[in-house]
Amino acid sequence: MLVFILRRLAQAVVVMLSVAFIAFMLFQYVGDPVTNLLGQDATEEQRTALRKDLGLDQPFPVQFARFAVNAVQGEFGISLRQGRKVSSLIVERFPATLELALVAGMIALGFGIPLGVYAALRRGKASAQLLMTGTLFGVSLPNFVIGIVLIWVFAVELKWLPSFGRGEVVDFGGWTSGLLTRDGLLHLILPAVTLSAFQLTLIMRLVRAEMLEVLRTDYIRFARARGLTNRSVYFGHALKNTLVPVITITGLQLGSLIAFAIITEQVFQWPGMGLLFIQAVQFADIPVMAAYLCLISLIFVVINLGVDLLYFAVDPRLRVEGKAH
Amino acid sequence: MAVDANPNATPSASALRGFFDGDVWHSFRSSPVAMLAAAVTLVCFVCALFAEVVAPHNPFDLATLELMDSLKPPAWISGGEPKFLLGTDGQGRDILSALMYGARISLLVGLASVLLSIVIGVSLGLLAGFLGGRTDAFVMRICDVMLSFPSILVALMISGVGRSLFPNAPDALAFVVLVLAISLTGWVQYARTVRGSTLVERNKEYVQAARVIGVGSFRIMRRHVLPNVLGPVLVLATIQIASAIITEATLSFLGVGVPVTSPSLGTLIRNGNDYLFSGEWWITAWPSLTLVLITLSVNLLGDWLRDALNPRLR
Amino acid sequence: MTAPLLEVSHLRVEFPTRRGTLLALDDISFAIAPGEILGVVGESGAGKSLTGAAIIGLLDPPGRIAAGEIKLAGRRIDNLPYEQMRRVRGREIGAVFQDPLTSLNPLYTVGHQLVETITTHLDLTAAQARKRAIELLASTGIPAPEARIDHFPHQFSGGMRQRVVIALALAGEPKLIVADEPTTALDVSIQAQIIALLRKVCKDQGAAVMLVTHDMGVIAETCDRVAVMYAGRIVEIGPVADVIHRPAHPYTVGLMGSIPAMDEDRERLLQIDGSMPRLTAIPPGCAFNPRCGRVVERCRVERPDLASVGATSAACWRPVTVEVVR
Repeated sequence: MLVFILRRLAQAVVVMLSVAFIAFMLFQYVGDPVTNLLGQDATEEQRTALRKDLGLDQPFPVQFARFAVNAVQGEFGISLRQGRKVSSLIVERFPATLELALVAGMIALGFGIPLGVYAALRRGKASAQLLMTGTLFGVSLPNFVIGIVLIWVFAVELKWLPSFGRGEVVDFGGWTSGLLTRDGLLHLILPAVTLSAFQLTLIMRLVRAEMLEVLRTDYIRFARARGLTNRSVYFGHALKNTLVPVITITGLQLGSLIAFAIITEQVFQWPGMGLLFIQAVQFADIPVMAAYLCLISLIFVVINLGVDLLYFAVDPRLRVEGKAH
Repeated sequence: MAVDANPNATPSASALRGFFDGDVWHSFRSSPVAMLAAAVTLVCFVCALFAEVVAPHNPFDLATLELMDSLKPPAWISGGEPKFLLGTDGQGRDILSALMYGARISLLVGLASVLLSIVIGVSLGLLAGFLGGRTDAFVMRICDVMLSFPSILVALMISGVGRSLFPNAPDALAFVVLVLAISLTGWVQYARTVRGSTLVERNKEYVQAARVIGVGSFRIMRRHVLPNVLGPVLVLATIQIASAIITEATLSFLGVGVPVTSPSLGTLIRNGNDYLFSGEWWITAWPSLTLVLITLSVNLLGDWLRDALNPRLR
Repeated sequence: MTAPLLEVSHLRVEFPTRRGTLLALDDISFAIAPGEILGVVGESGAGKSLTGAAIIGLLDPPGRIAAGEIKLAGRRIDNLPYEQMRRVRGREIGAVFQDPLTSLNPLYTVGHQLVETITTHLDLTAAQARKRAIELLASTGIPAPEARIDHFPHQFSGGMRQRVVIALALAGEPKLIVADEPTTALDVSIQAQIIALLRKVCKDQGAAVMLVTHDMGVIAETCDRVAVMYAGRIVEIGPVADVIHRPAHPYTVGLMGSIPAMDEDRERLLQIDGSMPRLTAIPPGCAFNPRCGRVVERCRVERPDLASVGATSAACWRPVTVEVVR
């Protein structure tokens, strides 16, 4: 098992390096790296000094290494659009996106799993069919359309919920949280529901499909033959076996939640990293784009690794403990 | 997929025609949902394709626009006019017409992206499967990495890079970058499927025989392997079209998709969003509805096609 | 004569399909006495497993019992609602299925699966249940049961796993065990051990066994009586020695004749011409008539019932009465 971990770590490093490479290419060759680092208001002297400092005449690998070292420390220069350090921009915005993604993830799991189980157990009944038809909508509706519809219903017509920004946030030690104020929570509802919609349908379909597969297995049949109660059969045996593959796929979904947050943040003008990234793309703000790319890749790699380890923890067959005898 | 009983015979391209007579068509006729979905898709396609002919107005002809006509509600609400059936936007453009032109852009970009995806994916898949070894490993590694990133991110990055590289690009270039961006998010599935089929075919005797005679690898790939993989590719394409349309709409909604002069449905939704709070809901509602209608129909068709072509369910 | 433990009378199992109703079991009747081991033998598709499934109430839908009765210790069980039947399963009837690998949930320890079965049926505390589980494992011949109780199924070899399955089947102290091809998925060397184990624990607990298999050797070694099934019907039933040495039904004769013997000198194996009819194409009259060497006109028209012929009962209009020496 140790070998497995080491191998995955090595893979992770390779992926990170490749991503860093792409980010580096962006930084150096798309646009001017000096401007990227100093901002557009730098004087000519500062530029020449930096050019020497950066050693732009240095061989390629050296420049890349310097970039990589900077990147690991979070140093990505100055945002072209905002004139502030990229790292501080990201740190400022990260909590908003993370809170949004986590809440959306919890909604997706909290509703997706029970609904999927229900659809599997009540297969063929009208209610289950209705649910599955609903998932077709969930997959066909783009994220932003759902957001707009929700805004229209709840903010414009009913005027129950706010649709703009984050509301009141509590600041403690660099982290801003909207979860601790009523206003913050209200602002969180619509964006989180919008973001969770796609994942919810995905999880629901997955859970249902897996559960149906599991219910056909021999060990479920044997469990019934032993006279175990329906509760034991469905929730003791079937559910546990269903959740094992579901958990891993769901873990990977967390990463995609952070990515899809880009769209949701635009619809609701949520001040997170996604909105920052969109503005960077519109403005061709290379430093921010490069930083975002590296950060997202890091998140994905960490999540992937975590999910792999989770598999080990959950499935006893993967823990090799001597031969079968 | 081939109807031939002899596994070593060369599968002919008429296998494609073969499965349209019989089971698949019969399944189509007996599913009202599939037929409805197909009808809707067809209508949308026709309207989009022949927008100039079908649309009651031309929303891009600045000469015909009058500010007096702006912000009119749909015809059945007081204040509306039958001339502008679904209402007008802030500049006096007829929404219905703008829809058709917008749908055309959306569909064209979506289709072009899927086609490009297929070309890239099938080529890489064939190469990986046929050449094996390092090429195969390399291509598969790239697939794995690309699959772990959500498509929207990839599309955004490529869009962003394109903008940075060509800051004052003409519209045509913007379209190319967009199509490229979307197609690069979807090719992986094709590559994997084609690679799988190629690996299977490669070991068959007729391929080995052809190699012995000296027929070039590319020829073998093109004439023998390709027809066999078209079935799964077709099924994948139907799933991907809806996804490509949504991706384009999302990018345009975010402001980094199609150029402003050729608005797609996504752009229309973006523009209409500003009017939502002042009560002119129709400007964003109709494009949204159309978008959903198109993607839903395409998805339903795809679902049905997958079930119809699935040998296990027959 | 003691009252039978299991009584199956005129059991009829149907599968309604879009193309019409398929008759999978047609008028099956037999009984098992307490402590007796009944073998049910026949080709694949003859309906052996289906009979077992019907008895424990786990027919896969759309299959259903269309007619007949199943009585356990004098009480009807075929028409019980699910919850009541559930209590019969495991407690009064135990089941052993064919593949021990897929019969056990890979994510739970063997101990967990044993304890949950025990506590479902017997009123014991968790500690008592665990103790009982260890005893069960020991009685099925698993070494070091106190340690192995916390192992997962994949840590057992095939033969050991089937022992665990048998332990699970016995956990509720049932009076009847339905064993569906318990040795088919195992190595030949292990098969004998498992059969011997099954025989031993059943004698020890006084449980009756319905042993479904296609292996005549197992039947000969283990069973007291045997029922021969063909195309959803029982064609012959009787004490093992009589059915083997003095078969009366032509199908049984053919079956016995097709088993090669060590001391014979043969160039070709004997076989019965033709094959068992599919459920959709069962011939009228006696189902075996197209393949039978002794067929007469009556066989093609009238279906024979089980009638006693010497020591066995056979469903035939012209049963064989000559002794076949083996």
